[in-house]
Amino acid sequence: MDTLLEPFGYAFFRNAIAVATLAGALCGLVGVYVVLRGMSYIGHGLSHAIFGGAVASYALEVNLYLGAGIWGLVSAVLILLIARRRSIGADAAIGVITSASFAIGIVIISVIGSFTRNFDAVLFGNVLGVSTGDVATVGVVAGFIAVAVFLRYRQLLFTTFDPEVADVSGVSTARMDILLAVMLTALITVCMNVLGVTMIAAMLVIPPVVGRLLTDSFHRMLWISVGVGTFSGFVGVYLSYYLDWASGPAVVLTAALLFVFAYIVSSVKRRRLPEAALDAHI
Amino acid sequence: MNELVRFERVTCRYGREPVLVNIDLSVTEGDFLGIVGPSGSGKTTMLRAIAGAVRPIAGRIVRDRGATVGYVPQVETVNWYFPVTVREAVLMSRIDGRVVPWASDRDVRDADEVLERLGMGDLGERHIRELSGGQQQRVFVARAMLRRPQLLLMDEPTSGVDVRTRHDVMHLIHELHHDGLAVVITTHDLNGIAAHLPKLVCLNKEVIAVGRPQDVITPDVLERTYGAPLEVLSHGGMPVVVEHYPEVVEADERRVVPLREGHHGHPA
Repeated sequence: MDTLLEPFGYAFFRNAIAVATLAGALCGLVGVYVVLRGMSYIGHGLSHAIFGGAVASYALEVNLYLGAGIWGLVSAVLILLIARRRSIGADAAIGVITSASFAIGIVIISVIGSFTRNFDAVLFGNVLGVSTGDVATVGVVAGFIAVAVFLRYRQLLFTTFDPEVADVSGVSTARMDILLAVMLTALITVCMNVLGVTMIAAMLVIPPVVGRLLTDSFHRMLWISVGVGTFSGFVGVYLSYYLDWASGPAVVLTAALLFVFAYIVSSVKRRRLPEAALDAHI
Repeated sequence: MNELVRFERVTCRYGREPVLVNIDLSVTEGDFLGIVGPSGSGKTTMLRAIAGAVRPIAGRIVRDRGATVGYVPQVETVNWYFPVTVREAVLMSRIDGRVVPWASDRDVRDADEVLERLGMGDLGERHIRELSGGQQQRVFVARAMLRRPQLLLMDEPTSGVDVRTRHDVMHLIHELHHDGLAVVITTHDLNGIAAHLPKLVCLNKEVIAVGRPQDVITPDVLERTYGAPLEVLSHGGMPVVVEHYPEVVEADERRVVPLREGHHGHPA
């Protein structure tokens, strides 16, 4: 037992496991809306855009969270606005805005020439290096997102499922789009140093997909997704301590294993169902 | 009869393209109105304008402030793989006055009552994909009905469904109308649907004609609406639109070579 609890004796590990668990839960929560809108790639794109913002903030000597957050929010709103034009589509909008944003960051690096700051942590995550302040920041963002989803659950669901009828029924779909953009940007900005921009993208997609494989109900999918994100954050960091793996990939691989499990379970379930129940509308 | 919506010289556009031009129209309590016209004629825009989701760039739309509108989308636009059960889909329209995410006992009771009334009382926990065509349409009628509307708007309610489902859906709409609901539907189906409605609006960006089917389903009005000549016959007092494709028939006749002329190949 002492061996199992040994890592909790270190402050850096306690911070790491707390922040990874919170980040996993957050990704699971927001990721449901992202995946169901067919915008799975937005996490990947936006995290690169925010990386551009982080670099720019550093170069312009602006607070990293503030600069990267504003940069990411502008990118996210532009993506959602452009994605509303059906002739372009969400995937192309993400591609244009986020790569341009990332490119601006690279241009700033090349113009300024050299950096004393290492951006590896932003790119690949450094969960073992997080401070108590970082944990508090992620905690505040987690609280804000949880309250926002709680208070706007019905409007977010209606907008995600059927934006045109939601609009007609009195839901401000434009406001819901902006709320989603704010939540996504806040999430990626505070989790950058923890999971790294490349791993956030995976954690926004895998938990919701696991949820979707296991249920046909929206609220159950939401709970499963949050559960998978939370579990992956906790177990991933815990295992990384003993296996001496990088923490970010360990978290993502834990989630990926759960995906494999869910895929097998759902395949078995489908085989047991009569064909008529699978596609009754055809 | 109380007027629910009135259009006064309304013009709407998407981008630079006008989709509705100088529309004058009135929908009153107890109306059952069908909007017909070719694709791109502005039928869905008119429905959305009635619902208040499209703002005119000219003219004005006057609404009875106390009237609630229920909107039923085309089933072909629905994402059937979205993870919602029938009850969850119906409860989506209960967005007013409750902050917490979960539905109240009253909300659930109301949703189940509407589903029961539409003959789907035992299907609340089913996924929306696991329903027949008519049941899928009813889910969205139920969602609209949960708002307790005075005016029900339905976009192509029988599009993409078989004859039996079309009959079921139209039977349901007639029932709702008889219960006092004003109904406006758009349709492409002149013979199967439009000819059986009390009142039609023939639309092609502007209103070509308004009136009873026997008054507006005429060769002249249809040619102005669809931009193509259409023959209209009368069957038991009902207009029946006959579609001719003379150029196709002529081309077919040219391709089919009579065997008695001495050719031995198979006709194409």
